[in-house]
Order: sequence, then C-alpha cells, then structure tokens
Amino acid sequence: MRNDTLLRWLLALYTALVFVFVFAPIAASLVFSFNSDRFPTIPLGHFTTDWYVKAFSNPEVWDAARRSLIVSSVAAVLATIIGFSAAYTDYRYDFFGKKAFLVLALLPPTIPLIIFALATLGWLSMFNASGMTVSIIIAHTVLCAPFAMAVIRLRLNQMDPNLEPAAWNLGASEWVTMKTVVIPFTLPSIIASLCLTAAVSFDEFAVAWFVSGLNKTVPVVILEILTGNIDPQVNAIGTAVFLVSITLVVIAQVLIMGRMKKPESA
Amino acid sequence: MTARAKPDLYAIAWRLPMIIWQGLFFVGPLAFMVAMSFFLVKNYRMQPAFQFQNWERVLSRGFFWDAYFLTLWIALLATVVASAVAFPASYFLAFKVKDNVRRWAVFFLIIPFFTSYLVRIFAWQVILAQQGVINAGLSFLGLGPWQMLNTKFGTMVGYLTLCLPLAVILQTFALANIDRRLIEAAHNLGCGRLRTVFTVVVPLAKTGLVVAAVFCFILSFGDFVAPYYLGGSTPPTLSIMIVDTSKSGQQWPRAAVVAIMMIVTLLAVAVSAIGYAYRKRT
Repeated sequence: MRNDTLLRWLLALYTALVFVFVFAPIAASLVFSFNSDRFPTIPLGHFTTDWYVKAFSNPEVWDAARRSLIVSSVAAVLATIIGFSAAYTDYRYDFFGKKAFLVLALLPPTIPLIIFALATLGWLSMFNASGMTVSIIIAHTVLCAPFAMAVIRLRLNQMDPNLEPAAWNLGASEWVTMKTVVIPFTLPSIIASLCLTAAVSFDEFAVAWFVSGLNKTVPVVILEILTGNIDPQVNAIGTAVFLVSITLVVIAQVLIMGRMKKPESA
Repeated sequence: MTARAKPDLYAIAWRLPMIIWQGLFFVGPLAFMVAMSFFLVKNYRMQPAFQFQNWERVLSRGFFWDAYFLTLWIALLATVVASAVAFPASYFLAFKVKDNVRRWAVFFLIIPFFTSYLVRIFAWQVILAQQGVINAGLSFLGLGPWQMLNTKFGTMVGYLTLCLPLAVILQTFALANIDRRLIEAAHNLGCGRLRTVFTVVVPLAKTGLVVAAVFCFILSFGDFVAPYYLGGSTPPTLSIMIVDTSKSGQQWPRAAVVAIMMIVTLLAVAVSAIGYAYRKRT
C-alpha cells in the first residue's frame, strides 16, 4: 500500500513537470516582457514596462493588430457559418457521398500549414488574388471551418432528434424551425466556435506569411522580428497576443464544458 | 427518422457552403499545386507547362534526399519521444485522479494548442540560449554551459512544445476509455503493475495511442519553426526547404515537388499506422 502512495506521488510530480514544460514558454514570455535585460537570465534584471512602450509606439504593430483583428473576426464568422452548415448536414442527413463530404470537412488540419500556404499562394496568384488582406481571410476560413464544425457538431449531439419533427408537426416550416429551435439550441456552441476560430486565425503565421504580401498580421510581424535578432519587444507583443487568444479559448471552453456537464447531472 | 429520402432545397442549401468553400480554397489549391509542379519558371515568372524538369531536378539531388531522410528521422524521433514522455502523465490523469481533476487538466492542455506557437518558440530561444536561464541555473551547480540552441536538442524541444499537449490529451482519452475491470482482473490474477501496463493497458488503448502518435508525426514533420529557430536551420528539413525555395528563389514549382513528396509520405505513414491500430484488436 505504501508503495502505491509513493507511485501515485511520483506520477503526480511527473505530470506536474509535463505541465511546467508546456506552460514554461508562456510564463517566461510574461516574465521577460517586464524584465529590463535584453538577454534575460537569472537573476532577473529590474522591473520595466519599456518593451511594452517600445512595441506599442511602433505604428507597424498597430497596423498589424488592426489587420489581425479584421482577419480573425471575418474568418471566424465565415468559418462558423460553414462549420455550422456542415455540422447540421452531418447531424441530420444521410446521403450518398457523405463520407467524402466529411473527409472534405475535416481534412484541412492534417495538411501541414507550410504546404497549404504554398498551394494557396500559387492558386490565389493565378487569379491575382494573393498579397491582400482578403487572401488571408480566405485561407484562414479554410483552416478554421473544421474546428467550427467539430464544436457545433458536439452540441448538436445533445439535441433530441425529435425536437425538429415536433416543430414541423406544429406547423413550423424547416427554415422557421432552424431559426427558432436549432439555432437557439446551438447558440452556446456557435459563440464558442466564433471564439475558437478567431483564436486559430489570430495566431496563424505560416499561411498569413505566404499569402499576405505587404499586409502583415501580428504573427507575421513577430516572425519577421524573430528572423532579425533577439528582441524583447516580442515578449511584450507575445504577452498581449497570449492574453487575447487565451481569453478566447477559455470563453469557448467554458461554453462547451458548461453545457456538457448539465445532461450528466440532470 | 430525421433523415429524408430525397434531398430538397433546404438540404442542399446546408450542404453547399462547405462544398463550395473547401472545394474552391482547399481542394483547388492542392490540385493546382500538383499542376504547378510541372510548370516552368522563366525570368522569375511562372509559366504553365507540362515538363518533368522540376521533378528530375529535385529528385536527382542528394541534397533533397538528405533533407528527406533527416526530416523523416527527426519527426519519427519526436513522435516516439512525445509519446513516451506523455504516457506516464496520461496514465496518471486517466487512472489516478478524479473526473473533475482530469477535466481541468484537459482544459488547461487545450489552451496552448490555440495560442501562439511562434511566441512560445521565441521564449524557448531565450530560455535555452548560451547565457539563458537554464545555463545560468546549470552554472550554479558548476555545470555547463551547454549548447542547446541550434542543435537537434533545440529542435526536439520545439517539437515537444508543439506535440506534447495534444499527445497527453489524446492518450488520456484513450486510456480513460479502457474497461477498468480488465486491469483489476489482471492484478487479481497476479500480474505485476508494470507488466499490466505493457500487456493489458497499452494493447487495449492501442488505437488511441497510435492516433496520438500520428498527430505528433504530422505536426513535427510539417513544422518549419522549431528546426529553423531552435535547430539552427542547417541542415534544412523539407519544410525549411519549401520556405527557402519559394520565398527567396521564387521557385514555386520546385517547392511544390517537395510539398507533394511530403504529402505522399504523410499519407503513407498515416495510412499504415491507422491500419496497424485497427488490425485485430484484442
């Protein structure tokens, strides 16, 4: 028995170490962003907000932030619409070619980003459509749609399949039922999907780097600073970026998990 | 009951957005990339053609094959390391904690997956540097400094940053789904703890463990950031090769050849691994 307790503690310690490894870079970025040293080491230098002042007085950063905001919100809306319709189709219909439909819907995350970036660059250049903000939105929507579909499909799983027929029997048309029954029921997952896909788009750099031309988003600016030299500005920008994406992901998760727990306790 | 026999306007309306968008902007680009690999580049401009020049040029170079086997090797290594490092933690989360603790753990592990990988890599660059935090810590112990940046070790740290959270999540789900009575039965029959893990637990969770490994392979095989910024970019991996040939040389067709070779390899690995995972489950 004592052996068991010891083993349990060892495993707990090990798991804690894995978490430390996973969160070390996020924590380090936060700490270094307030640290005066250009090359941070221990012991740390003194507290400073210089890097934030420097980063946020850079008009290029603001320009990129504005663009990132536009790209991620438009891509999130488009991806959620596409994801919703795909999830609903999968929930409600069985048809010839459904397997192919699902493969098409869920495949994008398995293709390495750098390959998709090259392919999209070539394809959009054919139509003279690369190098624009719209090009990034188009590509990000492709990448985000599968996540949207997964999140909304999970919620649809919890919808009683008789709910829709009940509404039809009471005289509602399919479109009215969609508007008054299905969409309200899936609303938490729709909001979760908007947050999650916005986070994906907000942090994506490979595709944005290839197709954006001169229209840089925040991750592309970070990538270019990185290629130059070690510059603690990145920590300041990075901490701000982390704050945005962590907030979005946590909101999404709370919405998803909050609804998952209810049926269990009911 | 909910499914209707004939597709109507309503049904088609819900199918179309995905088909049109992913057809135009996912299948389209990938198909075009295959075509592009036969194009020619003259005076820095791409011209439609059907020539095997790019293929011959890329595949006949030792340089390409060096990069190919290097990428394959370090991605496989990362897969094995990530799976092995993740396993004890997943085992702990699946069997040794309460349900709500497990839920919180997964909650936290999902967060990094959706946060900037680039910034995390930059943080590692600073931590692992010659005068960085780790070497400073080591010098207190009278060790080091160790060269960690621009080595395979650095690349591996990057790959683990990318893969580990996902590996732990997928493995935890796989292990938590095992019927615990089978483990108890093994214990009751006198099977040792470690032996139970390898002869009962791992085979039962095989499918999920392999799926987790496949994701680690896909992620590390295609990543260019870790080998570039932590591994020092030389010798290049295939992903770095794509960046270099397409970004600096405007040689998109040749980059397309490399990309297609990568997709074929990924498909081969994924299909054989999944085939192995589903083969005669016991």
